[in-house]
Amino acid sequence: MIELYVLIGLMIAGSLIAIEVKNLLSAVVAVGVVGLGLSIIFLILKAPDVALTQIVVEIAAVVLLIRATLNRDIAMKYCGNRPFGAIMGILFTGFVFVIALITFKDGLNLFGAPLMTVSQFYPLNAIEGTGATNVVSAIILDYRAYDTLGEATVLFTAVVGVLTVMRSPGKKKEEDLQDSK
Amino acid sequence: MSKEHDRGMTIIVKTVTRLTVGLIFLYGIYIILHGHLTPGGGFAGGVIVALSFINVDLAFGGKVSDRIFSKGSTSVIEALGGVMFLALALLGLQWGGFFDNFLHPDGEPGMLISAGIIPLENIAISLKVGAGLFAIFLTLITLQKFESEKK
Repeated sequence: MIELYVLIGLMIAGSLIAIEVKNLLSAVVAVGVVGLGLSIIFLILKAPDVALTQIVVEIAAVVLLIRATLNRDIAMKYCGNRPFGAIMGILFTGFVFVIALITFKDGLNLFGAPLMTVSQFYPLNAIEGTGATNVVSAIILDYRAYDTLGEATVLFTAVVGVLTVMRSPGKKKEEDLQDSK
Repeated sequence: MSKEHDRGMTIIVKTVTRLTVGLIFLYGIYIILHGHLTPGGGFAGGVIVALSFINVDLAFGGKVSDRIFSKGSTSVIEALGGVMFLALALLGLQWGGFFDNFLHPDGEPGMLISAGIIPLENIAISLKVGAGLFAIFLTLITLQKFESEKK
């Protein structure tokens, strides 16, 4: 489990760098470090489906962020010290720490150790029930297909929103841009 | 494609892209079609396919990628994926209910043609996710080019 702590430390360092650095491209690269570390953590915790999706979406997001931030002067303004935010952050962290100490004083369970009754059903019955050997696929596309329909609706709404808000100004302009590329 | 030397990135990027982009595309297709057997599925495979088109767009410029997969056809294919997913769900009403796995007993588990409608749903989701992501990418870079031209 020592590799998990190394990866989590790397991710914390990456997020701190992403906040503090002045150059936008360096900040995007630091955000990419956080996503790749999360993907390796998923792989170590034996969740290859989530790891694959995480790494692929992270690559797409980093490419989009680089294309969106490169060659664009975004005004950065210095916010100054915010003592109220710092105090609230320290208070909330301390509160969570105390609550966790009280709740988990006997130690945590092993990761995924007490298999719940609901999730026991799927590994035992998925192959006969659906014929799919990938149990995750069987759950998201057969047992819980309504969730996938909702996810598809969310994605459709996001695409329609982006195409509407950031639509190119007029058809003729767009053809000119394609020519002048 | 060889006439487009003056657009896009340098010759090194173009050569490497020409060698690798087909493999990236095929890997995405593999992830989609084996979604019911191995880790992966429609979402991850669709994003990989979209990344291969994004790769072509970044390396060769907008004209080449527009010839392969234009902005108008992304909307059509995304809607097609959504309609296909909903149609599969509605077809189940004839047998048992919404999202009923009506093709299930055909094929034995572990083979490529098995698991009923799950591979078809994977294909529908991959069309939707891949075309949607590529449409977002095209919209963002077109807007940026318009802004930089206005300056």
